[in-house]
Amino acid sequence: MQEISKDKFEIVGNSSVESEKISKASLSFWKDVFTRFKKNKLAVFGLVLLILLIVMAFVGPFLTPYNYYENDLTKTNQPPSAEHYFGTDELGRDMFERIWYGAKISLFIGIAAALIDLVIGVIWGGIAGYKGGKVDEVMMRIADVLYGIPYLLLVILLMVVLGQGIWTMILAMSITGWINMARMVRGQVLSLKSQEYILASRTLGAGVSRIMGKHLIPNAMGPILVTLTLTVPNAIFTEAFLSYLGLGLTPPLASWGTMANDGIGAMQYYPWRLFFPAMFICLTIFAFNVIGDGIRDALDPRLRK
Amino acid sequence: MIKYLTKRLLFMALSLWLIITATFFFMRMAPGNPFTSEKKMPPAIEANLNAHYGLDQPWYAQYGDYLLRVVQWDFGPSFKYKSQTVNQLINEGFPVSLVLGVEAIFIALAIGVTLGVIAALRHNKWQDYLAMIVAVLGISVPSFIMAAFLQYIFAMKLGIFPVARWGTFMQSVLPAIALAAGPTAFIARLTRSSMLEVLSNDYIKTAKAKGISGFNITVKHAIRNAILPVVSYMGPLSAGIVTGSFVIEKIFGIPGLGSQFVKSINNRDYTAIMGVTVFYSIILLVSVLLVDILYGLIDPRIKLSGGKKGE
Repeated sequence: MQEISKDKFEIVGNSSVESEKISKASLSFWKDVFTRFKKNKLAVFGLVLLILLIVMAFVGPFLTPYNYYENDLTKTNQPPSAEHYFGTDELGRDMFERIWYGAKISLFIGIAAALIDLVIGVIWGGIAGYKGGKVDEVMMRIADVLYGIPYLLLVILLMVVLGQGIWTMILAMSITGWINMARMVRGQVLSLKSQEYILASRTLGAGVSRIMGKHLIPNAMGPILVTLTLTVPNAIFTEAFLSYLGLGLTPPLASWGTMANDGIGAMQYYPWRLFFPAMFICLTIFAFNVIGDGIRDALDPRLRK
Repeated sequence: MIKYLTKRLLFMALSLWLIITATFFFMRMAPGNPFTSEKKMPPAIEANLNAHYGLDQPWYAQYGDYLLRVVQWDFGPSFKYKSQTVNQLINEGFPVSLVLGVEAIFIALAIGVTLGVIAALRHNKWQDYLAMIVAVLGISVPSFIMAAFLQYIFAMKLGIFPVARWGTFMQSVLPAIALAAGPTAFIARLTRSSMLEVLSNDYIKTAKAKGISGFNITVKHAIRNAILPVVSYMGPLSAGIVTGSFVIEKIFGIPGLGSQFVKSINNRDYTAIMGVTVFYSIILLVSVLLVDILYGLIDPRIKLSGGKKGE
């Protein structure tokens, strides 16, 4: 037991004001969440991993003298070496360069799809939850019917019809992707809107957009953030899946999915051509998943110690 | 119950109609007509072909015709393989896919629930952390990558299982595991969190106080209640198994409906894509409905009357 010297104590008297004073610095909600997020080692690891991946996507291409599209037919299918860190593919293109180029595209598709889902989902779910009644009924029934359509089947169908490309892929993913977000936001808004501070705000004459923007959405931010982080890996997953079906991007564009797809054909003799893109797909999905889990756990008051 | 069922069936029919209509118009919007890939043919023959497949009719006649045929469970001919109808494609491919899918669902449920229960019973011990790290890794590996690695390690390098093809049980092991990996991980996480919630309930304490053995508490009291979220996951699970089968069957060269579907996509065989999509949608919608009914039957607290569930 550590000895605590007497002079560390001072008598404050028995005034109720003094004894009720909170001496610890006040902790805002998000600071508190962040403190608890930091304690989750796996989640922090995921965050560091993700930051590293994003930094490398921009810095990586400058670390070698090659570029992602230039063929060198004298050096095809080279194993990893000091010259080509991740080896080369069947056209002698440097895999290290291509991985970081693909990182930009895969991450862009994932984040763009998630952001579109966010915007549509928050607006749709917010309006449905806030208006309630008939409006809510109609809007959520539309969402239910769309939700009944198998997600990947619809995405495949749209890719067949719209043709292959980054934007058609993002569009195809967003068409039903927003429904999860909308449902979640609606649930949050429904439970928040009956609280007294909303009534107070209304009494003071605040309009719908102010109540939504200033009160409801900020208070629902936690679950929104969790859904958002868990949408990104889904989109990256879908991108890889579509690439494998031959519905992905067309050359010279390349994503991790298309590289993995090329690699599977060559797996038996040149396994590194599958290994590197596959590893980065998994690492990215893993990072987003543990970050999402970490935020969810940090937000859950029942897990507070 | 009857009211609930009619309501659900109505929404199902609406979803299905939307799917059929969407696929029909998408396929019409798709570039080229079904015969563009073939050699230049005399206009008379092309007109004949169009007449044969009813493509000379106005769109609303074709649309009505298609709706009518789907209701009669007739998905029309395949444009690429002249002698084959989409129904034949489904009849040949689906049984294979079904066997593979059921095997995968079985694996996912058995391993997933076991892992989840162990993790919950050993909460915050190394078994828990290990199971959850395995689960999060399982979720992070796309099924086709899992399949490729399983194939590389266990078939090409170690030679324990056959590399590909279909027919024997040994040939089905690797594809079933690859298909089940993602769902297994998801079920493990689901089971763990619902087990943790159930184990903190008072009736578990009561059972303990009565001196019931740990095994009996887990099996008779905890798992029976904790399994409910897993049951409601069965709907999305079957959807995942169906879409997973596209890539798995392609990698392992299995002649199921999934690989047929991928082939139709790559051939741009529009009628086949359309037919198989509608078929899959029917299967999935029906399985979601069955799961919901099952859910109501095993959990007496859920009443299938309101129409809004879980609120």
